[in-house]
Amino acid sequence: MSMPSTSVDRAEPSKSIRKKWFNASRKEALWFYVLISPWLIGFLCFVFGPMIASFVISLMKWDLLTPAKYVGFKNYSKAIHRDPLFWQSLKVTVTYSIFSVPLGLIFSLALALLLNQATRGMRLFRTIFYMPAVVSGVSVMVLWMWIFNPQIGLLNTVLGYFGINGPGWIFDPKWAMPSLIIMSLWGIGGGMIIWLAGLKGISPMLYEAANLDGANAWQRFRNVTVPMLTPTIFFNLVMGIVGALQTFGEAYVMTKGGPMNSTLFFNYYLFQNAFENFNMGYASALAWFLFVIILALTLVVVKSSNAWVYYEGERK
Amino acid sequence: MNRTNWIKNLIVYGLLILGSLVMLIPFAWMISTSLKESYQVFATPVKWIPSPIKWHNYVETFTGLPFGRWLRNTLLVTVLNIFGTLVSCTVVAYGFARFRAKARNFLFIVMLSTMMLPGTVTMIPVFYLFKELGWVNTFYPLFVPAFFGNAFFIFLLRQFFMGIPTEMEEAAKIDGSSTVGILWRVILPLTIPALITVAILQFNGVWNDFMGPLLYLNKPELYTLALGINFFKSENNVQWNYLMAASVVTMLPSLIFYFIGQKYFVESITLTGQKG
Repeated sequence: MSMPSTSVDRAEPSKSIRKKWFNASRKEALWFYVLISPWLIGFLCFVFGPMIASFVISLMKWDLLTPAKYVGFKNYSKAIHRDPLFWQSLKVTVTYSIFSVPLGLIFSLALALLLNQATRGMRLFRTIFYMPAVVSGVSVMVLWMWIFNPQIGLLNTVLGYFGINGPGWIFDPKWAMPSLIIMSLWGIGGGMIIWLAGLKGISPMLYEAANLDGANAWQRFRNVTVPMLTPTIFFNLVMGIVGALQTFGEAYVMTKGGPMNSTLFFNYYLFQNAFENFNMGYASALAWFLFVIILALTLVVVKSSNAWVYYEGERK
Repeated sequence: MNRTNWIKNLIVYGLLILGSLVMLIPFAWMISTSLKESYQVFATPVKWIPSPIKWHNYVETFTGLPFGRWLRNTLLVTVLNIFGTLVSCTVVAYGFARFRAKARNFLFIVMLSTMMLPGTVTMIPVFYLFKELGWVNTFYPLFVPAFFGNAFFIFLLRQFFMGIPTEMEEAAKIDGSSTVGILWRVILPLTIPALITVAILQFNGVWNDFMGPLLYLNKPELYTLALGINFFKSENNVQWNYLMAASVVTMLPSLIFYFIGQKYFVESITLTGQKG
Protein backbone atom coordinates (compact mmCIF):
# COMPACT_ATOMS: atom_id res chain seq x y z
CA MET A 1 0.00 0.00 0.00
CA SER A 2 1.22 3.45 -0.72
CA MET A 3 1.60 5.78 2.18
CA PRO A 4 -1.13 8.38 2.58
CA SER A 5 0.04 11.45 0.76
CA THR A 6 -1.68 13.89 3.08
CA SER A 7 0.84 16.19 4.72
CA VAL A 8 1.35 15.28 8.33
CA ASP A 9 2.90 18.52 9.54
CA ARG A 10 0.65 21.30 10.63
CA ALA A 11 1.24 25.04 10.97
CA GLU A 12 4.75 26.14 11.95
CA PRO A 13 4.91 27.67 15.43
CA SER A 14 5.60 31.38 15.54
CA LYS A 15 9.28 32.31 15.98
CA SER A 16 8.66 35.10 18.46
CA ILE A 17 7.77 32.63 21.20
CA ARG A 18 10.72 30.38 20.67
CA LYS A 19 11.34 29.59 24.30
CA LYS A 20 7.75 28.66 24.89
CA TRP A 21 7.73 26.68 21.63
CA PHE A 22 10.29 24.30 23.04
CA ASN A 23 8.10 23.53 26.02
CA ALA A 24 4.98 23.33 23.95
CA SER A 25 6.52 20.88 21.52
CA ARG A 26 7.71 18.64 24.33
CA LYS A 27 4.26 18.78 25.81
CA GLU A 28 2.79 17.96 22.41
CA ALA A 29 5.10 14.96 22.00
CA LEU A 30 4.13 13.77 25.46
CA TRP A 31 0.45 13.99 24.53
CA PHE A 32 1.21 12.07 21.34
CA TYR A 33 2.69 9.19 23.29
CA VAL A 34 -0.10 9.25 25.86
CA LEU A 35 -2.74 9.11 23.17
CA ILE A 36 -1.13 6.36 21.10
CA SER A 37 -0.10 4.34 24.17
CA PRO A 38 -2.95 1.80 23.83
CA TRP A 39 -1.74 0.90 20.35
CA LEU A 40 1.93 1.03 21.33
CA ILE A 41 1.42 -1.31 24.30
CA GLY A 42 -0.76 -3.62 22.21
CA PHE A 43 1.83 -3.62 19.45
CA LEU A 44 4.63 -4.59 21.85
CA CYS A 45 2.57 -7.26 23.70
CA PHE A 46 0.53 -8.77 20.88
CA VAL A 47 2.61 -8.16 17.75
CA PHE A 48 6.28 -7.33 18.19
CA GLY A 49 7.00 -9.47 21.25
CA PRO A 50 5.10 -12.49 19.88
CA MET A 51 6.91 -12.09 16.53
CA ILE A 52 10.28 -12.43 18.22
CA ALA A 53 8.95 -15.28 20.34
CA SER A 54 7.53 -16.97 17.25
CA PHE A 55 10.91 -16.92 15.57
CA VAL A 56 12.61 -18.32 18.68
CA ILE A 57 9.95 -21.06 18.93
CA SER A 58 10.54 -21.92 15.26
CA LEU A 59 14.07 -22.97 16.28
CA MET A 60 12.70 -25.28 18.96
CA LYS A 61 11.00 -28.58 19.36
CA TRP A 62 8.13 -27.78 21.69
CA ASP A 63 4.76 -29.35 22.50
CA LEU A 64 3.56 -26.54 24.82
CA LEU A 65 3.70 -28.85 27.88
CA THR A 66 7.22 -30.27 28.20
CA PRO A 67 10.29 -27.98 28.08
CA ALA A 68 11.32 -26.77 24.64
CA LYS A 69 14.46 -28.13 23.02
CA TYR A 70 16.68 -26.07 20.72
CA VAL A 71 17.03 -27.68 17.28
CA GLY A 72 18.39 -24.85 15.14
CA PHE A 73 16.96 -24.62 11.65
CA LYS A 74 15.84 -28.25 11.60
CA ASN A 75 12.15 -27.31 11.42
CA TYR A 76 12.82 -25.29 8.28
CA SER A 77 14.86 -27.99 6.59
CA LYS A 78 12.29 -30.61 7.55
CA ALA A 79 9.59 -28.62 5.75
CA ILE A 80 11.67 -28.27 2.60
CA HIS A 81 13.30 -31.68 2.41
CA ARG A 82 11.16 -34.20 4.23
CA ASP A 83 7.56 -33.07 4.31
CA PRO A 84 5.50 -33.69 1.18
CA LEU A 85 2.44 -32.21 2.92
CA PHE A 86 4.25 -28.88 3.26
CA TRP A 87 4.61 -28.76 -0.53
CA GLN A 88 1.07 -30.01 -1.04
CA SER A 89 -0.34 -27.29 1.23
CA LEU A 90 1.76 -24.68 -0.54
CA LYS A 91 0.52 -25.94 -3.91
CA VAL A 92 -3.11 -25.86 -2.76
CA THR A 93 -2.84 -22.32 -1.40
CA VAL A 94 -0.99 -20.98 -4.42
CA THR A 95 -3.41 -22.66 -6.85
CA TYR A 96 -6.35 -21.18 -5.01
CA SER A 97 -4.79 -17.72 -5.02
CA ILE A 98 -3.78 -17.87 -8.68
CA PHE A 99 -7.36 -18.58 -9.71
CA SER A 100 -9.51 -16.86 -7.11
CA VAL A 101 -7.66 -13.52 -7.04
CA PRO A 102 -7.55 -12.71 -10.79
CA LEU A 103 -11.02 -14.18 -11.42
CA GLY A 104 -12.36 -12.16 -8.51
CA LEU A 105 -10.73 -9.00 -9.88
CA ILE A 106 -12.09 -9.55 -13.39
CA PHE A 107 -15.63 -10.42 -12.35
CA SER A 108 -15.88 -7.63 -9.80
CA LEU A 109 -14.57 -5.10 -12.33
CA ALA A 110 -17.04 -6.37 -14.93
CA LEU A 111 -19.84 -5.98 -12.39
CA ALA A 112 -18.71 -2.45 -11.50
CA LEU A 113 -18.53 -1.47 -15.19
CA LEU A 114 -22.01 -2.85 -15.80
CA LEU A 115 -23.35 -1.06 -12.78
CA ASN A 116 -21.75 2.16 -13.96
CA GLN A 117 -23.76 1.83 -17.19
CA ALA A 118 -27.07 1.51 -15.38
CA THR A 119 -28.91 4.76 -15.11
CA ARG A 120 -31.80 3.43 -13.08
CA GLY A 121 -31.76 0.99 -10.21
CA MET A 122 -28.03 1.48 -9.61
CA ARG A 123 -28.53 1.64 -5.83
CA LEU A 124 -30.74 -1.44 -5.79
CA PHE A 125 -28.29 -3.54 -7.80
CA ARG A 126 -25.37 -2.29 -5.77
CA THR A 127 -27.12 -3.35 -2.59
CA ILE A 128 -27.87 -6.81 -4.01
CA PHE A 129 -24.36 -7.42 -5.32
CA TYR A 130 -22.78 -6.32 -2.08
CA MET A 131 -25.04 -8.48 0.13
CA PRO A 132 -22.95 -11.68 -0.08
CA ALA A 133 -19.84 -9.70 0.87
CA VAL A 134 -21.54 -8.45 4.03
CA VAL A 135 -22.14 -11.91 5.42
CA SER A 136 -19.13 -14.07 6.05
CA GLY A 137 -17.76 -16.79 8.20
CA VAL A 138 -19.07 -20.16 9.22
CA SER A 139 -22.71 -19.51 8.34
CA VAL A 140 -21.71 -18.80 4.74
CA MET A 141 -19.54 -21.90 4.60
CA VAL A 142 -22.32 -24.06 6.00
CA LEU A 143 -24.72 -22.59 3.45
CA TRP A 144 -22.30 -23.46 0.65
CA MET A 145 -21.82 -26.99 1.95
CA TRP A 146 -25.55 -27.33 1.55
CA ILE A 147 -25.42 -25.76 -1.92
CA PHE A 148 -22.64 -28.21 -2.90
CA ASN A 149 -24.51 -31.23 -1.55
CA PRO A 150 -24.12 -33.77 -4.38
CA GLN A 151 -27.56 -35.37 -4.01
CA ILE A 152 -29.97 -32.51 -3.42
CA GLY A 153 -27.83 -29.38 -3.19
CA LEU A 154 -28.78 -26.22 -5.03
CA LEU A 155 -26.11 -26.55 -7.74
CA ASN A 156 -26.88 -30.11 -8.74
CA THR A 157 -30.61 -29.41 -8.52
CA VAL A 158 -30.29 -26.51 -10.96
CA LEU A 159 -27.94 -28.51 -13.21
CA GLY A 160 -30.50 -31.32 -13.09
CA TYR A 161 -33.13 -28.98 -14.60
CA PHE A 162 -30.88 -28.87 -17.67
CA GLY A 163 -30.34 -32.62 -17.63
CA ILE A 164 -26.77 -32.33 -16.39
CA ASN A 165 -25.49 -34.80 -13.83
CA GLY A 166 -23.46 -32.54 -11.53
CA PRO A 167 -20.16 -33.62 -9.91
CA GLY A 168 -19.55 -34.34 -6.24
CA TRP A 169 -18.22 -30.79 -5.69
CA ILE A 170 -16.36 -30.55 -2.37
CA PHE A 171 -16.49 -34.32 -1.97
CA ASP A 172 -14.65 -34.98 -5.23
CA PRO A 173 -10.83 -34.53 -5.19
CA LYS A 174 -10.96 -33.08 -8.71
CA TRP A 175 -13.76 -30.64 -7.97
CA ALA A 176 -13.08 -29.56 -4.39
CA MET A 177 -10.67 -26.78 -5.35
CA PRO A 178 -12.84 -25.39 -8.18
CA SER A 179 -15.79 -25.51 -5.77
CA LEU A 180 -14.04 -23.27 -3.26
CA ILE A 181 -12.99 -20.89 -6.05
CA ILE A 182 -16.61 -20.68 -7.24
CA MET A 183 -17.69 -20.00 -3.69
CA SER A 184 -15.13 -17.20 -3.34
CA LEU A 185 -16.62 -15.50 -6.41
CA TRP A 186 -19.94 -15.13 -4.62
CA GLY A 187 -18.32 -12.46 -2.45
CA ILE A 188 -16.95 -10.24 -5.21
CA GLY A 189 -19.26 -7.39 -4.17
CA GLY A 190 -16.55 -6.21 -1.78
CA GLY A 191 -14.10 -5.61 -4.60
CA MET A 192 -16.88 -4.15 -6.76
CA ILE A 193 -17.54 -1.33 -4.28
CA ILE A 194 -13.91 -0.29 -4.46
CA TRP A 195 -13.91 -0.44 -8.29
CA LEU A 196 -17.02 1.76 -8.32
CA ALA A 197 -15.22 4.31 -6.18
CA GLY A 198 -12.28 4.22 -8.59
CA LEU A 199 -14.57 4.61 -11.61
CA LYS A 200 -16.31 7.59 -10.04
CA GLY A 201 -12.94 9.25 -9.62
CA ILE A 202 -12.24 9.31 -13.37
CA SER A 203 -12.89 12.74 -14.84
CA PRO A 204 -15.59 12.73 -17.56
CA MET A 205 -13.39 15.15 -19.47
CA LEU A 206 -10.98 12.34 -20.26
CA TYR A 207 -13.77 10.40 -21.94
CA GLU A 208 -14.95 13.47 -23.83
CA ALA A 209 -11.43 14.06 -25.08
CA ALA A 210 -11.20 10.41 -26.15
CA ASN A 211 -14.54 10.73 -27.94
CA LEU A 212 -13.30 13.79 -29.82
CA ASP A 213 -10.32 11.74 -30.93
CA GLY A 214 -12.76 9.17 -32.30
CA ALA A 215 -12.01 6.42 -29.77
CA ASN A 216 -14.45 3.50 -29.70
CA ALA A 217 -15.75 1.88 -26.53
CA TRP A 218 -12.90 -0.64 -26.30
CA GLN A 219 -10.25 2.04 -26.91
CA ARG A 220 -11.80 4.24 -24.23
CA PHE A 221 -11.72 1.32 -21.82
CA ARG A 222 -8.18 0.35 -22.75
CA ASN A 223 -6.68 3.84 -22.79
CA VAL A 224 -8.69 5.81 -20.24
CA THR A 225 -10.45 3.50 -17.79
CA VAL A 226 -7.67 0.96 -17.24
CA PRO A 227 -4.79 3.43 -16.70
CA MET A 228 -6.90 5.57 -14.40
CA LEU A 229 -7.95 2.49 -12.43
CA THR A 230 -4.42 1.17 -11.86
CA PRO A 231 -4.25 2.47 -8.24
CA THR A 232 -7.46 0.54 -7.53
CA ILE A 233 -6.14 -2.56 -9.31
CA PHE A 234 -3.06 -2.28 -7.14
CA PHE A 235 -5.08 -2.01 -3.92
CA ASN A 236 -7.45 -4.86 -4.80
CA LEU A 237 -4.57 -7.05 -5.97
CA VAL A 238 -2.50 -6.66 -2.78
CA MET A 239 -5.51 -7.15 -0.52
CA GLY A 240 -6.65 -10.13 -2.60
CA ILE A 241 -3.28 -11.89 -2.47
CA VAL A 242 -2.78 -11.31 1.25
CA GLY A 243 -6.30 -12.58 1.96
CA ALA A 244 -6.21 -15.62 -0.33
CA LEU A 245 -2.86 -16.87 1.00
CA GLN A 246 -4.33 -16.94 4.50
CA THR A 247 -7.45 -18.99 3.70
CA PHE A 248 -8.31 -21.15 6.68
CA GLY A 249 -12.02 -21.46 7.49
CA GLU A 250 -12.99 -23.07 4.18
CA ALA A 251 -10.58 -25.93 4.86
CA TYR A 252 -11.41 -26.29 8.54
CA VAL A 253 -15.17 -26.01 8.29
CA MET A 254 -15.99 -27.42 4.86
CA THR A 255 -13.45 -30.01 3.75
CA LYS A 256 -11.02 -30.77 6.60
CA GLY A 257 -8.33 -30.39 3.94
CA GLY A 258 -9.72 -33.26 1.91
CA PRO A 259 -10.65 -35.15 -0.10
CA MET A 260 -7.15 -36.58 -0.58
CA ASN A 261 -5.51 -33.36 0.64
CA SER A 262 -6.88 -31.52 -2.39
CA THR A 263 -7.84 -28.56 -0.17
CA LEU A 264 -5.07 -28.79 2.41
CA PHE A 265 -4.61 -25.03 2.73
CA PHE A 266 -1.34 -23.81 4.20
CA ASN A 267 -2.91 -22.17 7.24
CA TYR A 268 -5.01 -25.26 7.92
CA TYR A 269 -1.94 -27.48 7.78
CA LEU A 270 -0.21 -25.04 10.12
CA PHE A 271 -3.17 -25.17 12.52
CA GLN A 272 -3.15 -28.98 12.46
CA ASN A 273 0.52 -28.99 13.35
CA ALA A 274 0.08 -26.48 16.15
CA PHE A 275 -3.18 -27.42 17.81
CA GLU A 276 -3.84 -31.02 16.80
CA ASN A 277 -0.31 -32.46 16.84
CA PHE A 278 1.21 -29.84 19.18
CA ASN A 279 4.32 -29.33 17.06
CA MET A 280 4.60 -25.68 18.05
CA GLY A 281 8.14 -25.32 16.70
CA TYR A 282 7.29 -26.74 13.32
CA ALA A 283 4.08 -24.72 13.09
CA SER A 284 5.99 -21.53 13.89
CA ALA A 285 8.49 -22.31 11.14
CA LEU A 286 5.55 -22.77 8.75
CA ALA A 287 4.16 -19.39 9.82
CA TRP A 288 7.50 -17.76 8.96
CA PHE A 289 7.48 -19.41 5.54
CA LEU A 290 4.07 -17.89 4.89
CA PHE A 291 5.18 -14.52 6.23
CA VAL A 292 8.19 -14.45 3.92
CA ILE A 293 6.06 -15.49 0.94
CA ILE A 294 3.50 -12.76 1.62
CA LEU A 295 6.24 -10.21 2.19
CA ALA A 296 8.04 -11.18 -1.03
CA LEU A 297 4.86 -11.10 -3.12
CA THR A 298 3.79 -7.77 -1.66
CA LEU A 299 7.23 -6.32 -2.34
CA VAL A 300 7.13 -7.59 -5.94
CA VAL A 301 3.74 -5.94 -6.47
CA VAL A 302 4.78 -2.73 -4.72
CA LYS A 303 8.09 -2.49 -6.61
CA SER A 304 6.51 -3.27 -9.94
CA SER A 305 3.75 -0.76 -9.25
CA ASN A 306 6.10 2.08 -10.22
CA ALA A 307 5.96 0.73 -13.74
CA TRP A 308 2.23 0.18 -14.07
CA VAL A 309 0.34 2.20 -11.46
CA TYR A 310 -0.54 5.73 -12.49
CA TYR A 311 -1.21 8.26 -9.71
CA GLU A 312 -2.90 11.35 -11.03
CA GLY A 313 -1.65 13.71 -8.32
CA GLU A 314 1.91 12.44 -8.53
CA ARG A 315 4.71 14.63 -9.80
CA LYS A 316 7.25 12.92 -12.03
CA MET B 1 -29.23 5.97 -31.95
CA ASN B 2 -32.36 5.18 -29.96
CA ARG B 3 -32.32 1.65 -31.20
CA THR B 4 -28.71 1.00 -30.15
CA ASN B 5 -29.46 2.57 -26.78
CA TRP B 6 -32.37 0.22 -26.39
CA ILE B 7 -30.24 -2.80 -27.22
CA LYS B 8 -27.49 -1.62 -24.93
CA ASN B 9 -29.94 -1.20 -22.05
CA LEU B 10 -31.37 -4.64 -22.72
CA ILE B 11 -27.92 -6.22 -22.47
CA VAL B 12 -26.85 -4.19 -19.42
CA TYR B 13 -30.04 -4.83 -17.46
CA GLY B 14 -30.22 -8.43 -18.62
CA LEU B 15 -26.76 -9.10 -17.23
CA LEU B 16 -27.45 -7.14 -14.05
CA ILE B 17 -30.61 -9.14 -13.39
CA LEU B 18 -28.81 -12.40 -14.13
CA GLY B 19 -26.02 -11.39 -11.74
CA SER B 20 -28.55 -10.43 -9.07
CA LEU B 21 -30.18 -13.85 -9.35
CA VAL B 22 -26.82 -15.57 -8.87
CA MET B 23 -26.23 -13.42 -5.77
CA LEU B 24 -29.70 -13.86 -4.30
CA ILE B 25 -30.57 -17.50 -5.02
CA PRO B 26 -28.23 -18.92 -2.34
CA PHE B 27 -30.04 -16.73 0.21
CA ALA B 28 -33.40 -17.95 -1.07
CA TRP B 29 -32.20 -21.54 -0.90
CA MET B 30 -31.10 -21.05 2.69
CA ILE B 31 -34.39 -19.49 3.76
CA SER B 32 -36.38 -22.14 1.93
CA THR B 33 -34.53 -24.97 3.67
CA SER B 34 -34.82 -23.27 7.05
CA LEU B 35 -38.63 -23.39 6.80
CA LYS B 36 -38.95 -27.07 5.88
CA GLU B 37 -40.03 -30.04 7.92
CA SER B 38 -37.11 -32.41 8.51
CA TYR B 39 -38.51 -35.07 6.19
CA GLN B 40 -38.99 -32.51 3.40
CA VAL B 41 -35.37 -31.44 3.34
CA PHE B 42 -34.25 -34.48 1.36
CA ALA B 43 -37.39 -34.79 -0.77
CA THR B 44 -36.93 -34.92 -4.55
CA PRO B 45 -37.80 -33.07 -6.68
CA VAL B 46 -36.76 -30.09 -4.57
CA LYS B 47 -39.63 -27.90 -3.42
CA TRP B 48 -38.63 -24.24 -3.34
CA ILE B 49 -41.64 -23.10 -1.37
CA PRO B 50 -42.11 -25.46 1.54
CA SER B 51 -45.61 -26.52 2.49
CA PRO B 52 -46.40 -26.26 5.27
CA ILE B 53 -44.10 -23.33 6.01
CA LYS B 54 -42.59 -24.28 9.34
CA TRP B 55 -41.82 -20.99 11.11
CA HIS B 56 -41.53 -23.01 14.28
CA ASN B 57 -38.06 -24.21 13.18
CA TYR B 58 -36.71 -20.85 14.31
CA VAL B 59 -38.25 -21.17 17.75
CA GLU B 60 -36.93 -24.71 18.11
CA THR B 61 -33.45 -23.77 16.94
CA PHE B 62 -33.11 -21.11 19.59
CA THR B 63 -34.92 -22.76 22.49
CA GLY B 64 -34.49 -26.50 22.06
CA LEU B 65 -30.85 -26.26 21.00
CA PRO B 66 -28.01 -24.31 22.65
CA PHE B 67 -28.13 -21.65 19.92
CA GLY B 68 -29.81 -19.25 22.36
CA ARG B 69 -26.87 -19.52 24.73
CA TRP B 70 -24.38 -19.21 21.86
CA LEU B 71 -26.20 -16.12 20.66
CA ARG B 72 -25.84 -14.52 24.12
CA ASN B 73 -22.11 -15.36 24.24
CA THR B 74 -21.59 -13.88 20.78
CA LEU B 75 -23.48 -10.72 21.70
CA LEU B 76 -21.40 -10.22 24.85
CA VAL B 77 -18.08 -10.64 23.04
CA THR B 78 -19.21 -8.44 20.15
CA VAL B 79 -20.44 -5.56 22.30
CA LEU B 80 -17.25 -5.52 24.38
CA ASN B 81 -15.16 -5.59 21.20
CA ILE B 82 -17.01 -2.71 19.58
CA PHE B 83 -16.73 -0.64 22.75
CA GLY B 84 -13.01 -1.34 23.15
CA THR B 85 -12.28 -0.69 19.50
CA LEU B 86 -14.15 2.60 19.36
CA VAL B 87 -12.47 3.97 22.49
CA SER B 88 -8.93 2.86 21.72
CA CYS B 89 -8.89 3.58 17.98
CA THR B 90 -10.39 7.05 18.39
CA VAL B 91 -7.80 8.07 20.96
CA VAL B 92 -4.86 6.62 19.02
CA ALA B 93 -6.04 8.03 15.69
CA TYR B 94 -6.42 11.46 17.27
CA GLY B 95 -2.85 11.24 18.50
CA PHE B 96 -1.57 10.33 15.05
CA ALA B 97 -3.66 13.01 13.36
CA ARG B 98 -2.99 16.02 15.57
CA PHE B 99 0.12 15.66 17.74
CA ARG B 100 3.69 15.89 16.55
CA ALA B 101 6.58 13.86 17.86
CA LYS B 102 9.86 12.82 16.31
CA ALA B 103 8.94 9.17 15.97
CA ARG B 104 5.42 9.80 14.70
CA ASN B 105 5.89 9.04 11.01
CA PHE B 106 8.02 6.03 11.80
CA LEU B 107 5.45 4.62 14.22
CA PHE B 108 2.68 5.31 11.71
CA ILE B 109 4.49 3.29 9.05
CA VAL B 110 5.13 0.50 11.57
CA MET B 111 1.42 0.47 12.34
CA LEU B 112 0.43 0.32 8.67
CA SER B 113 2.84 -2.54 7.99
CA THR B 114 1.30 -4.65 10.77
CA MET B 115 -1.78 -4.91 8.54
CA MET B 116 0.26 -7.11 6.18
CA LEU B 117 1.45 -9.43 8.94
CA PRO B 118 -0.26 -12.83 8.74
CA GLY B 119 -2.00 -13.62 12.02
CA THR B 120 -0.42 -17.07 12.23
CA VAL B 121 3.02 -15.58 12.89
CA THR B 122 1.91 -14.27 16.28
CA MET B 123 -0.78 -16.90 16.94
CA ILE B 124 1.25 -19.43 18.94
CA PRO B 125 3.05 -17.02 21.33
CA VAL B 126 -0.16 -15.06 21.92
CA PHE B 127 -1.99 -18.32 22.63
CA TYR B 128 0.73 -19.29 25.09
CA LEU B 129 0.53 -15.87 26.76
CA PHE B 130 -3.23 -16.11 27.26
CA LYS B 131 -2.95 -19.73 28.38
CA GLU B 132 -0.41 -18.76 31.03
CA LEU B 133 -2.74 -15.99 32.19
CA GLY B 134 -5.38 -18.66 32.72
CA TRP B 135 -7.61 -17.14 30.05
CA VAL B 136 -8.41 -20.32 28.12
CA ASN B 137 -12.14 -20.97 28.34
CA THR B 138 -12.86 -17.35 29.20
CA PHE B 139 -13.91 -14.52 26.89
CA TYR B 140 -10.90 -12.35 27.78
CA PRO B 141 -8.68 -13.40 24.85
CA LEU B 142 -11.54 -12.52 22.52
CA PHE B 143 -12.14 -8.95 23.63
CA VAL B 144 -9.16 -7.63 25.63
CA PRO B 145 -6.98 -7.08 22.50
CA ALA B 146 -9.70 -4.80 21.12
CA PHE B 147 -8.85 -2.25 23.81
CA PHE B 148 -5.37 -1.90 22.28
CA GLY B 149 -6.50 -0.60 18.92
CA ASN B 150 -6.66 -2.02 15.41
CA ALA B 151 -4.32 -0.77 12.71
CA PHE B 152 -6.90 -0.60 9.93
CA PHE B 153 -9.47 1.31 12.00
CA ILE B 154 -6.84 3.68 13.39
CA PHE B 155 -5.78 4.39 9.82
CA LEU B 156 -9.39 4.94 8.74
CA LEU B 157 -10.19 7.30 11.62
CA ARG B 158 -6.89 9.15 11.26
CA GLN B 159 -7.69 9.81 7.58
CA PHE B 160 -11.06 11.11 8.69
CA PHE B 161 -9.59 13.37 11.42
CA MET B 162 -7.08 14.82 8.96
CA GLY B 163 -10.00 16.04 6.89
CA ILE B 164 -11.47 18.06 9.79
CA PRO B 165 -10.26 21.71 9.84
CA THR B 166 -8.30 22.63 12.99
CA GLU B 167 -9.93 26.03 13.56
CA MET B 168 -12.61 24.72 15.88
CA GLU B 169 -10.10 22.89 18.03
CA GLU B 170 -7.97 26.02 18.32
CA ALA B 171 -11.01 28.03 19.37
CA ALA B 172 -11.84 25.42 21.99
CA LYS B 173 -8.23 25.47 23.18
CA ILE B 174 -8.38 29.22 23.68
CA ASP B 175 -11.60 28.73 25.65
CA GLY B 176 -9.59 26.48 27.95
CA SER B 177 -10.76 23.02 26.88
CA SER B 178 -8.47 20.11 27.67
CA THR B 179 -7.24 17.71 25.02
CA VAL B 180 -9.73 15.09 26.11
CA GLY B 181 -12.49 17.70 26.20
CA ILE B 182 -11.69 18.81 22.64
CA LEU B 183 -11.69 15.23 21.39
CA TRP B 184 -14.98 14.49 23.12
CA ARG B 185 -16.93 17.69 22.40
CA VAL B 186 -15.44 19.02 19.15
CA ILE B 187 -14.02 16.11 17.17
CA LEU B 188 -16.26 13.16 18.00
CA PRO B 189 -19.55 14.77 16.95
CA LEU B 190 -18.01 15.36 13.51
CA THR B 191 -16.70 11.81 13.28
CA ILE B 192 -19.94 9.90 13.76
CA PRO B 193 -20.15 8.53 10.18
CA ALA B 194 -16.64 7.07 10.49
CA LEU B 195 -17.39 5.69 13.96
CA ILE B 196 -20.52 3.99 12.63
CA THR B 197 -18.44 2.41 9.87
CA VAL B 198 -15.85 1.18 12.35
CA ALA B 199 -18.59 -0.23 14.57
CA ILE B 200 -20.25 -2.06 11.66
CA LEU B 201 -16.98 -3.46 10.31
CA GLN B 202 -15.90 -4.55 13.76
CA PHE B 203 -19.31 -6.10 14.35
CA ASN B 204 -18.95 -8.19 11.19
CA GLY B 205 -15.43 -9.22 12.03
CA VAL B 206 -16.13 -10.30 15.60
CA TRP B 207 -19.60 -11.73 15.03
CA ASN B 208 -18.18 -14.06 12.38
CA ASP B 209 -14.76 -14.65 13.93
CA PHE B 210 -13.94 -18.33 13.92
CA MET B 211 -10.23 -18.70 14.67
CA GLY B 212 -10.33 -16.85 18.01
CA PRO B 213 -13.18 -18.82 19.60
CA LEU B 214 -11.76 -22.02 18.09
CA LEU B 215 -8.47 -21.49 19.90
CA TYR B 216 -9.77 -20.33 23.25
CA LEU B 217 -13.20 -21.86 23.85
CA ASN B 218 -13.40 -25.62 24.32
CA LYS B 219 -16.59 -25.92 26.35
CA PRO B 220 -19.81 -26.05 24.31
CA GLU B 221 -21.60 -23.76 26.78
CA LEU B 222 -19.03 -21.03 26.04
CA TYR B 223 -19.23 -21.32 22.24
CA THR B 224 -20.03 -18.38 20.04
CA LEU B 225 -22.49 -18.78 17.15
CA ALA B 226 -19.74 -19.38 14.58
CA LEU B 227 -18.25 -22.17 16.65
CA GLY B 228 -21.66 -23.53 17.61
CA ILE B 229 -22.83 -23.80 14.01
CA ASN B 230 -19.65 -25.64 13.11
CA PHE B 231 -20.06 -27.96 16.10
CA PHE B 232 -23.71 -28.59 15.26
CA LYS B 233 -22.78 -29.29 11.63
CA SER B 234 -20.22 -31.90 12.60
CA GLU B 235 -22.77 -34.03 14.45
CA ASN B 236 -23.61 -37.29 12.76
CA ASN B 237 -27.11 -36.49 11.70
CA VAL B 238 -26.97 -33.04 10.17
CA GLN B 239 -30.35 -31.34 10.42
CA TRP B 240 -30.06 -28.92 7.56
CA ASN B 241 -33.32 -27.10 8.30
CA TYR B 242 -32.17 -26.11 11.81
CA LEU B 243 -28.67 -25.41 10.58
CA MET B 244 -30.03 -23.07 7.90
CA ALA B 245 -32.32 -21.36 10.43
CA ALA B 246 -29.28 -20.72 12.62
CA SER B 247 -27.36 -19.43 9.59
CA VAL B 248 -30.20 -17.06 8.70
CA VAL B 249 -30.23 -15.66 12.22
CA THR B 250 -26.44 -15.36 12.22
CA MET B 251 -26.41 -13.45 8.95
CA LEU B 252 -29.39 -11.25 9.74
CA PRO B 253 -27.71 -8.66 12.01
CA SER B 254 -24.91 -8.07 9.47
CA LEU B 255 -27.49 -7.54 6.73
CA ILE B 256 -29.65 -5.25 8.86
CA PHE B 257 -26.67 -3.12 9.89
CA TYR B 258 -25.60 -3.00 6.26
CA PHE B 259 -28.99 -1.73 5.13
CA ILE B 260 -29.12 0.87 7.90
CA GLY B 261 -25.54 2.05 7.63
CA GLN B 262 -25.12 1.58 3.88
CA LYS B 263 -24.55 5.25 3.19
CA TYR B 264 -21.70 5.72 5.69
CA PHE B 265 -20.35 2.31 5.01
CA VAL B 266 -19.91 2.69 1.26
CA GLU B 267 -18.50 6.21 1.68
CA SER B 268 -15.88 5.20 4.21
CA ILE B 269 -14.78 2.15 2.28
CA THR B 270 -14.46 4.41 -0.70
CA LEU B 271 -12.28 6.76 1.36
CA THR B 272 -9.87 4.05 2.43
CA GLY B 273 -9.99 2.37 -0.94
CA GLN B 274 -8.88 5.50 -2.75
CA LYS B 275 -6.30 6.67 -0.28
CA GLY B 276 -5.10 3.21 0.65
